[in-house]
Amino acid sequence: MIAIIDYGAGNLNSIQKALEFVGEETVILEEGEQEDIDKYSGLVLPGVGAFPGAMKRLQEDNFIEFIEKFVAAGKPFLGVCLGMQLLFEWGFEDQKTAGLGLLKGNITKMETEYKIPHMGWNQLQIIKNDPLFKGLPENPHFYFVHSYQLTEVTDQVLATVGYGSTVPAVVRQDNVIGFQFHPEKSGDNGIKLLENFRELL
Amino acid sequence: MLKKRIIPCLDIKDGRVVKGVNFVELRDAGDPVESAKEYNDLGADELVFLDITATKEKRKTLAELVEKVAAQVFIPLTVGGGIRTVEDMQFILRAGADKVSVNSAAVKNPELVRKGALKFGSQCIVGAVDAAKRESGAGWEIFIHGGSKETGIDLIEWVKELEELGAGEILLTSINSDGTKDGFDLEMLKAVTAAVNIPVIASGGAGSIQHFVDVFKETGADAALAASIFHFGEIAIRDVKTELEAEKIPVRIEERK
Repeated sequence: MIAIIDYGAGNLNSIQKALEFVGEETVILEEGEQEDIDKYSGLVLPGVGAFPGAMKRLQEDNFIEFIEKFVAAGKPFLGVCLGMQLLFEWGFEDQKTAGLGLLKGNITKMETEYKIPHMGWNQLQIIKNDPLFKGLPENPHFYFVHSYQLTEVTDQVLATVGYGSTVPAVVRQDNVIGFQFHPEKSGDNGIKLLENFRELL
Repeated sequence: MLKKRIIPCLDIKDGRVVKGVNFVELRDAGDPVESAKEYNDLGADELVFLDITATKEKRKTLAELVEKVAAQVFIPLTVGGGIRTVEDMQFILRAGADKVSVNSAAVKNPELVRKGALKFGSQCIVGAVDAAKRESGAGWEIFIHGGSKETGIDLIEWVKELEELGAGEILLTSINSDGTKDGFDLEMLKAVTAAVNIPVIASGGAGSIQHFVDVFKETGADAALAASIFHFGEIAIRDVKTELEAEKIPVRIEERK
């Protein structure tokens, strides 16, 4: 069973429906419901909104320690969109805010000649192969909606996307995984990716 | 590079898909969930559902429909029609829509756009605009109530205001082109895409594959929307995309391994 963290980040319906579509049982975790981590085989941190408010809610709702324990136990932890950005050390959206610090790097405003937000379908460049990409087409399309990004292509970046500059799109360090795009809105490729994530459980 | 999007629009009435030709004559074209699945399989980049008979009583029916579609089709879904309040927006977004579009209600109450964008984010708010050329020939004005009521408001001023209020996208329908199958209103689209920095979806007039090539070659449109030509199988989305790719316009076509 995968637990989806509800910290007021809006619509959790889509990611939940997509995980159920690939055959996974899901539960929405709210404040006060963080029970024994043994109950869940995977954890998902979705995210719509802004970095500072999201970190504040995670703290207030006592999710930080829960996440740290989960990750320390070696279980797969997936951050989606803003949820991926929160995995890093510092966010610079509106103000400098400490992130979860599970991965090295910072989140800064996208620098591009194109329109911001980066919204729509774009194609991945896979730079490091990974079981997550099994069965996907070459340069698969995914659906993006974001204005901030991981600043640098660090060692943990598995795939990038081009948008006037090179934007990290998939990160992974062992059991900590992040997607900058929305797999739950990326049609067949998104479903395939979630199936592959499920294989890790 | 971001891809140009092809978006089928499904007009919904009493839980069924219909399409108004010139906004008046209606024809039945199928079940919404099945249509949505079919369009996903055919390569649609996004779907727009427009509830053309939306009333407060029927809002629940629409939300149920959205929920069913969102459980089976995993591409972005925009829902519009009769959304008048932030609560209406929340209701539809919670049901599983990714974006809501507002048209007449935004004209009557522009604050709705601002409040919606603040609460849900600009990416959730689509400003839908119906416009027609002024009789004098000087620019365009916007119409409300499904294109039936003149407002006197200038199109270019209005789309700039929508952007300022926080709309994340403009869905622009040319009343002059809609239903004609003579092509998108390139002149109107050029003017609007030059006036705003948010994505613009072209709507009204698609009748051939060449019309899609024209709209992307000649205007700054980010997406093109059509209804009847897709519903009745007159044009296949795949054929549109293949031709666009041949014309060096970036589109989403998966290369199978």
